[in-house]
Amino acid sequence: MSGLRNMPAPGAVDARRPHAVAAPPPEKRGRRRRRTSGPGYTLYAQGEPMVWLTGGALVLCMAMIAGMVLLIVGQGLRTFWPVPVTRVTTLEGDRLMGEVTRQDRFAPGPEVLARLSPDDAARARAAMETADDGLVERRLLRTGNFELTGTHFHWVSGFAVTEEQAPPWAIVFERREWGRFYGVPVAFTVDGAEVARDPRHADGGAGHAEPSPVWAEFTARMPEIRRLIRERYRLEQVEIGRVNRRLESARLALRKVELRHERGRATDDDLARARVLQADRERAAQADYEPIAARIAGLNAEIRRPALLLETADGREKVLPLADIVRAYPANRLSLPEKLGVYLSRWREFLLSDPREANTEGGVFPAIFGTVVMTLIMTVVVVPFGVLAALYLREYAKAGAVVSAIRIAVNNLAGVPSIVFGVFGLGFFCYIVGWRIDTLFYEASLPRPTYGKGGILWAAMTLALLTLPVVIVATEEALAAVPRSMREGSYACGASKWQTIARIVLPRAMPGIMTGMILAMARGAGEVAPLMLVGAVKLAPDLPVDFQNLAGALGPIPTGPLHADRSFMHLGFHIYDVGFQSPNSEAAKPMVFTTTLLLITLIAALNLTAIWIRSRLRRRFSAGAF
Amino acid sequence: MTHTAPVQPPDRPIEMSGRERILDDARFAAMARGESIACETHAALAGEDTVLEIDRFNLHYGTVRALYDISMNIPRGRITALIGPSGCGKSTLLRSVNRLNDLIDSVRITGDMRLSGDSIYAPDVDVIELRKRMGMVFQKSNPFPMSIYENVVYPLRVDGVRNRGTLDEVCERSLRGAALWEEVRDRLQESALSLSGGQQQRLCIARAIAAEPEVLLMDEPCSALDPIATSKIEELMLGLRGEYTVLIVTHNMQQASRASDFCAFMYLGRLVEYGPTPDMFTNPHLRETEDYITGRFG
Ligand SMILES: Nc1ncnc2c1ncn2[C@@H]1O[C@H](COP(=O)(O)OP(=O)(O)OP(=O)(O)O)[C@@H](O)[C@H]1O
Ligand SMILES: [Mg+2]
Repeated sequence: MSGLRNMPAPGAVDARRPHAVAAPPPEKRGRRRRRTSGPGYTLYAQGEPMVWLTGGALVLCMAMIAGMVLLIVGQGLRTFWPVPVTRVTTLEGDRLMGEVTRQDRFAPGPEVLARLSPDDAARARAAMETADDGLVERRLLRTGNFELTGTHFHWVSGFAVTEEQAPPWAIVFERREWGRFYGVPVAFTVDGAEVARDPRHADGGAGHAEPSPVWAEFTARMPEIRRLIRERYRLEQVEIGRVNRRLESARLALRKVELRHERGRATDDDLARARVLQADRERAAQADYEPIAARIAGLNAEIRRPALLLETADGREKVLPLADIVRAYPANRLSLPEKLGVYLSRWREFLLSDPREANTEGGVFPAIFGTVVMTLIMTVVVVPFGVLAALYLREYAKAGAVVSAIRIAVNNLAGVPSIVFGVFGLGFFCYIVGWRIDTLFYEASLPRPTYGKGGILWAAMTLALLTLPVVIVATEEALAAVPRSMREGSYACGASKWQTIARIVLPRAMPGIMTGMILAMARGAGEVAPLMLVGAVKLAPDLPVDFQNLAGALGPIPTGPLHADRSFMHLGFHIYDVGFQSPNSEAAKPMVFTTTLLLITLIAALNLTAIWIRSRLRRRFSAGAF
Repeated sequence: MTHTAPVQPPDRPIEMSGRERILDDARFAAMARGESIACETHAALAGEDTVLEIDRFNLHYGTVRALYDISMNIPRGRITALIGPSGCGKSTLLRSVNRLNDLIDSVRITGDMRLSGDSIYAPDVDVIELRKRMGMVFQKSNPFPMSIYENVVYPLRVDGVRNRGTLDEVCERSLRGAALWEEVRDRLQESALSLSGGQQQRLCIARAIAAEPEVLLMDEPCSALDPIATSKIEELMLGLRGEYTVLIVTHNMQQASRASDFCAFMYLGRLVEYGPTPDMFTNPHLRETEDYITGRFG
């Protein structure tokens, strides 16, 4: 019976496999041979579709990241390179002079062409027709001279240019106010009296290529003016600041006595004495103030004496006092080393000085400093807290529902929008904790808040809260990765739990904890939204640490303790502010790239430092040689 | 009792002394039923001075019983070897002596042990003080992530010893004791993790003897070592004899026969036979012991 059942009916074979020419012998059919060759087979066998899929995803990610970084690096590095100045004459007879900042192709509207003479319009149309894309070229010229023209930029269409040249003595002026100025030197005056004059040429003095006595005079006198301006800055910031602090402390001393008197803890006599003392101190400060003010006034007069008489492209003249000039260079006459010099000096200014002109020019030193200090305070706060919390969760707490719930809550905390942390920080740190601190320790300066407002400390605390989950999770993982055998070894030596944790577990987990710290720093340094609520400002009057420009130093030197209550500037917020809140957005755009480049570099530098420390720890703790 | 020359290696059949082994199927039947059995303890143990007394000790991992009514006296100043097939509870017993099993939440115990008469499992025992009276060497070396020097003096450090002279002296003495001094004397401040596996294990031994413990617990200390390092450690154990009590778990019958004074055979969580090593190897009372020692089962 069984033999019969296994034997297939002859007809059935043919019905199932009508094309089976060489059917395998019946006794072998039970074991169907698997295909081991053919295109589809090898493809799957070698897993190639998955290689392509996974590899493609990686390439896509890398391309996007690399593209963004390249854009930022390219644009950011280019910003400060001095470009030549060009002077164009348009069909309408306008003369414009400036730096080409952008180029693109566009289709001029009919109203543009209608404004041209028939000949010119025909030529423009012809240019459009011959071009492959039917568009004409145009350039954005940074023409500056805002107080004369009312604009910083001009679009110039290619077909509208009748004449174009590079005037050899066109000078680019970066000024303290009103943006850039482009002009050709005519004369150098001191107190309005001419000291030097350039030879004039038929084309209005714009084309002369021989040495310029005015420029020589300018380069000779500018260092002295710079020195005087630095001196004035020092007097204003440091000396007057000192007097102001004395006045403030005298006022606070009196206010303290007044407050005590109100509560009946100081006698009328005390109050009267305090009033007298305060008046004395105020007088003394005033006496100190006057000579400083006089010196400043003297400096001001001195600084404003020398001036340049300049001629613009459209033939107007303008007197520019040397005091208004930050940097000036004859853009078309620069050799490569000189260009490099301008480039580096701009970078130096960018990195080391204060912003000018609503942050669109000058430096970002306060923002760099604010970002670094805030990130460091944040790290100092978040790492110990996170590590302690993780230690409790992993080492002390009994595993159970509560611990799991806490762990989930911590992980969820990482998903809360950062602005919510900002609101919490404002409400809790600034208004509740800060107000308490103010009423307890800074009562005399109320109603002006000291800690009861946004400040670098509260910003750091808010970000610490924000980055806490990162540290806790990383630390927990690092603790869990410490081998049980090490703990047991320690206990077997008679160590207590805390000794084991402090001497064995924590050092062993340190690289992992450092990883958490690195992630937290990267997250914190790049965060902007919550900072807007808890202390980052567009322009901070003072740095969180007092700085001084000391003679002989490369840059400003910190000379005071940390003022954790002060508001601060932050690179991330600076990018937002300059890029999107600035009245002169075209001029600010390069600054956005440069600042972004700087922020990325800064975060990378912070991370690399931490990674370097971590790898050193790793080498120390786990060089397992077998 | 002096140590005798190495007895029969286990790979050759042991010559029968002519005496009949006790063939007790009842024991197997009892074990199969999950009951505890009485240990066959040789009379020679009676004359020894006991340092560690294990008194009807039971241990459960959760619902799994790992040790059944173990009762044995570990003689002071001697080397006692625990042998038995894998999974029979040797490590569990050893770890119970210094209460390392406390770290595992699911462990429950009954019975008691006494170290020089002091109860180990009484409720008011200071476990940390207790562990300081013992040293332990683990099967897998576990040097700490710190320098060689700090590794060795770790037991003293956690005890609060700060005196540099004392620490230096202990470090050298312990490293010499563990036959490692010559190799590391010039690199004491280097990371312990830069040592080779065998050196790391000897470092762990140095650490275990640094605080001069009353009892040294060793869980297969030589399983990862080459014959030379193994013989060094055996020499070390023999050198410690008299001063220290050593309780060593080993799978190496040669080692047990060469380097121990007493030998305890465990099986399925029970202590089966316990006696002087020469007797255990040449004249075991039980058939199971003989079978295990000669390699016929286990
Ligand atoms: N942490 C633990 N949790 C649950 N069961 C355990 C645990 N540790 C050991 N056991 C069980 O207890 C029994 C005894 O284990 P133990 O480690 O004492 O054996 P051993 O004799 O040392 O074996 P080996 O010679 O292989 O080291 C085994 O059955 C093991 O599965
Ligand atoms: Mg074991």
